[in-house]
Amino acid sequence: MRLDILNRGYGPRTKLLFAVIRLVSGHPVPDAAKLVYYRPDFYGARAKEFTHEAMRGPSAWSVGDRELMAAYVSKENGSTFCIAAHTATASQAYHDTPRVVAVLADLDSAPVAEPLRATLRMLGKLTVTGALSAADMGEVLAAGVSPQQVKDALAVCAAFNTTNRLADAFGFEILSSEDFQAGAKFLLKRGYR
Amino acid sequence: MADNNKKRAAYRALVDRVLNGTGKASKGQRALAFGDEGLDQPLRTLIGKVATSPVQVTDADFAAAKAAGYSEDQLFELVICAAVGQSARLYDAGLAALAEATGQREA
Repeated sequence: MRLDILNRGYGPRTKLLFAVIRLVSGHPVPDAAKLVYYRPDFYGARAKEFTHEAMRGPSAWSVGDRELMAAYVSKENGSTFCIAAHTATASQAYHDTPRVVAVLADLDSAPVAEPLRATLRMLGKLTVTGALSAADMGEVLAAGVSPQQVKDALAVCAAFNTTNRLADAFGFEILSSEDFQAGAKFLLKRGYR
Repeated sequence: MADNNKKRAAYRALVDRVLNGTGKASKGQRALAFGDEGLDQPLRTLIGKVATSPVQVTDADFAAAKAAGYSEDQLFELVICAAVGQSARLYDAGLAALAEATGQREA
């Protein structure tokens, strides 16, 4: 990562934890995980809590749907690390890689239900343009999405617009496909806390 | 609804911490980074990219900020503030559009 403190600035207990993770999992500790262990009182502790609520807290959206939203927002931001990580996680959650690939390639023709398609379109527009009209939101509601589902999707959007920026600003190292798959398995088993 | 309040409350706790808690960068600098406005160069370039085009951030942007006297811990905080600030504006804009579309006040 671009700041040396994020590569080497950890205390002995955290270094030991990273070593154990490497040993037990057989995979490197992803930079996304390292970041939340650096001075966790400033960012990591609360970021983990919010991201976990958004991605794994109660919602009418499935875990797969929310991971797909994370992948889609990441795609709109061009965030390579996060696209790979959440494409892998959504694919595992759905047990359906082609569906995830299709959404990221062409949302309009992808095989997803209309409420999810309309929600992804709305999140993409908000992420890229920074603005939404009441009419934009009206289209989402007309597609059958409840106001609570919109709020839940906006929480996912907020979490990943933060994480995407940190991934690209700090320069998260891109992992191998096997390492991203292992990370996805961990996120589905343990969540973000 | 209760659950959404929990998501929103968790987000507000994050925003409040990075802006108002203790840090190596001043609260004033953190607020400017959060808002992506009013910063002097070379910080303005780095923070502006984090907010609006993060894939364009380069090693040179960090090097310039360090050469201007910012420590790594200060840059860690200011980059986080910029990322959280932009996402907060998106979150607020989305909730405002929803409130307008449903004719309700934001919860």
